[in-house]
Formats: sequence, C-alpha cells, structure tokens
Amino acid sequence: MPNSAVTLSDVVLTRRVNRSQQIEVLDSVTLSAAEGSTVAIVGPSGCGKSTLLEVACGMLRPTSGTVTAQPAAMMAQRDLLLPWATALDNAALALRAAGLSRGDARDQAADWFPKLGIAGFENVRPAQLSGGMRQRVAFARTLLAGRPVIALDEPFAALDALSRIEARAWLSDALAAGGRTALLVTHDVEEAVLLADRIIVLSPRPAKVVESLSVEIAKPRRRSDPQVVAMRQSILELLGAGQ
Amino acid sequence: MIRAVLVAAVLLGAWELYCRLSGIDPLVLPAPHQVVAALWKDRSLLASDLLSTAGEVAAGLAAALLFALLAAISIHLSRTMRRSLYPVLVASQTLPIPVVASLLVVWLGYDLGPKVAIIALVAFFPVVVATLGALAKTDPELPRLVRALGAGRARTFWLVEAPAAIPGAFDGLRIAVVLSVIGAVFAEQAGSESGLGHTIQQALPQLLMSRAYAAVIVLSALALALFGLIGLIERLLVPWARVQGSQL
Repeated sequence: MPNSAVTLSDVVLTRRVNRSQQIEVLDSVTLSAAEGSTVAIVGPSGCGKSTLLEVACGMLRPTSGTVTAQPAAMMAQRDLLLPWATALDNAALALRAAGLSRGDARDQAADWFPKLGIAGFENVRPAQLSGGMRQRVAFARTLLAGRPVIALDEPFAALDALSRIEARAWLSDALAAGGRTALLVTHDVEEAVLLADRIIVLSPRPAKVVESLSVEIAKPRRRSDPQVVAMRQSILELLGAGQ
Repeated sequence: MIRAVLVAAVLLGAWELYCRLSGIDPLVLPAPHQVVAALWKDRSLLASDLLSTAGEVAAGLAAALLFALLAAISIHLSRTMRRSLYPVLVASQTLPIPVVASLLVVWLGYDLGPKVAIIALVAFFPVVVATLGALAKTDPELPRLVRALGAGRARTFWLVEAPAAIPGAFDGLRIAVVLSVIGAVFAEQAGSESGLGHTIQQALPQLLMSRAYAAVIVLSALALALFGLIGLIERLLVPWARVQGSQL
C-alpha cells in the first residue's frame, strides 16, 4: 500500500451564515489519496466539493477532524492568467513568486510547453489564446509551483465540449507522466471516470462520502469503452441522476 | 482627427466673421488672420519661447511622475501613509497657484527651480489619484494566487499590482500634461525671462494682442502634442490594454 499524500478523517466544517444561523458544509468526511494517484471528487452542485478541496489544501481549517496533507497548488476554473504577461511568463509566474530570476524561471517553464502541446505559443499573450490553451498555461503554472499535490477545482468547466475532450487528454498524459497526486473536483462524471484512480461520490449538503470507488480500467481510457460507460452510469445512479 | 480639424475651422470661421461684421477694434480682439500673421512674424521669438516652456514642462512632468508614483505606491502599501500623507496631498491641491508661484520665485529665484516645482505641484495629483484607483481595482484573485504561490508582499506588488496599475497611471498622466501647461504659464508669469507665459504677459501691456493670441495657440499645440505623445508611449508600453477611447 503506497503512502497517502492527503488524508482527511472525520472532517466537519460548519459555516456561520449570520448571527443565529450556521450551516453544516462537510459532515464527517473521511478520504485519502495515495501518493501519485488521481482522486476525483464528484457530487451534486453546491454540495461543498470546492470547500472540501480548500480544506484539503490547508486554505480552510475544519471545525473538527484532522487533515494530513502534503503541500498543494491549486488550479481553479478561472485561469487567472496575467493579461500583460506572455504565456511563458504566466507559466513562469509560479517560479518567480518563489523568488527565481525571470531568466531561470522562463527557462524551466519553457520545458512544459511541448509536453502540454502548446509549443510555439510561448510569446503570445492570454487574450490571443483560446480557452483550452489558457487552461494549459494555467496548468503549467500549477505544476511549476513544484508542490507534490495539485488540486484542480472544475478546471474545464468553462470550456466548450470539444476543448474539454482535448483537455482531458493532455491532463491525463500530464498526470501519468508527472508523478503528482491530483485531487480533481468535477461535476462531470465521465471526466472523473476517464481520469481518476479513485472516485469519491459526495451526498448533497452537508457533504458526506456516499461511496469511494476504485477505478480499475486500464489507461488511456476511451469514452466508448463499455467499462467506462457502465461505471459512469452507476455513479450517476448514486447521484440520483441515472435516467 | 479630420473631424477635429473641421470643428476648429468652423470655430475660427465664426471668430473671423464676428471680427469683420462687428468691426471690433483689433486691440480688443484680433481676427484669426491677424493672429496667423503674428504667428509668422514672431516665429523666432515664439520658437525660442516654446523651447523654454517645453523644457520646463518636461522637467516638471518628470518630477510630478516620479513623486506621484512614489506617493501612490506608499499610500497603497501602507495604511499609515494613507492616513497621514494622502490628506496632505489633497490639501496641496487647494493652494492658490499664482500666489504660491510668486512666493516660490522670491524663495528660489528666476531660473528653472520654481517652474518645475509649480508644474509638478499641479500635475502630480491626477497621477496619484488615477494610479491609486487602478491599484485598488486590481482583480483581488491575482494577488491571492501569487501569494499562494509563495510570494511576499513586495514581490506580489511588483509581479501583479504594479503592472496592473500602469494603464491607470497613464490616465492620470493625460490629465497631468494638460494641467502642466497651465502651470507653466502661472510659473512664468510669476517671474521669468522667457517662455510662452512670459511672452503673453509682456504682450498685453504693449497691446500686442495678436502676439498674445499666437502664443496661446502655440501653448495649445504643445499640450496637444504632449497628449498625443503620452498615447504613443502608452501604446508601446501597455500593448495588452485596449486604450481606445482615451486617446486622440
């Protein structure tokens, strides 16, 4: 059994809405992500998936329960690229934030462009890039932060259907090559089945773990693979959307 | 641009027509053709005046920009500076410039010093306000991201907030160039031996109205040229921002 990169046990989080009212967001969530694995977290919208990710990344303290996690870098639905910086400088931002000189940061960042299929776009500004390309640059920036865990919060939610399919392909390749532990929050069950080694299914708020499924399908996976289709269907049924 | 020339031509035509039809004394209001004649006749005087006024404006704007950026950065980064320095800067804008100009001439003399000081005094304020506005309007997610990636306060400022504020600083600079020309005239009238403001002041008691108007036109041309120059520099320096609407 490999070591665990992220472990949450009995994590409870309540948030105060106003003086007299509190809402329970996470209700005794227990999960773990093995080092180097990809764990997808799916659940109905508004169930607290993003909150769970912030707790796992140490950005939020749980009300009770324990979190043991290696340092994480987060990537969100908004790519947050700097409009004045080129793609290369945007990717290199993670290294410059950590104190590297601009030249060294750019040199290291440049290695990722061919791996993510964006070679040749180094000197293009974000406004000239498509949504899918921008997410690749944001992903390069997240990887370059050099943290053992990457937390992806609906990274492709804003992309059109075709760009999404493309995005899954490069993300799957990058995760397979990278040796990082990835936490992927998504509302797209198919995306979870295609990318993850384990899928955590959450209930509506307050979020509880309904099921933790190991995905034993060989990679790379295809959408039309009967095993993928069957698993997607069974998870949708767990979420009450099987029809 | 062509439309602006048309508007100017219509205004000049109306002025010319008024002078001819009303028979007004050219000592009270010279007609445009007399002003144009003065522009030509006094060209060497006006050219050397333009040179010295432009020099004062350039030095004053440079001082204003330097001071304004330092002030905006320190006010943005420090609550103490916001509380202590910002009110003083606002108060500085209520000073009656012609009076201050005379006092400065007494103190600093007839050379460049008091002129640079007056121009900087009227020109720095819009740059401070516009830069602070742009700094405050930076997308708050960007500094959060950079801090999450490990940058401290100063590095976050240089990587994210400073570049985000550059277009705002240019907006302020556009207002500043126009004010700086007015400031130059006040400064020269308080005590000077050359410059367009000086020539205007000398022309009036000599009843050289056409020359005074000609100097005003050269002054406007200087302001327009500076305004255009700022737009050009902005386009080179800030190519990511769409700055249409604020340029000539």
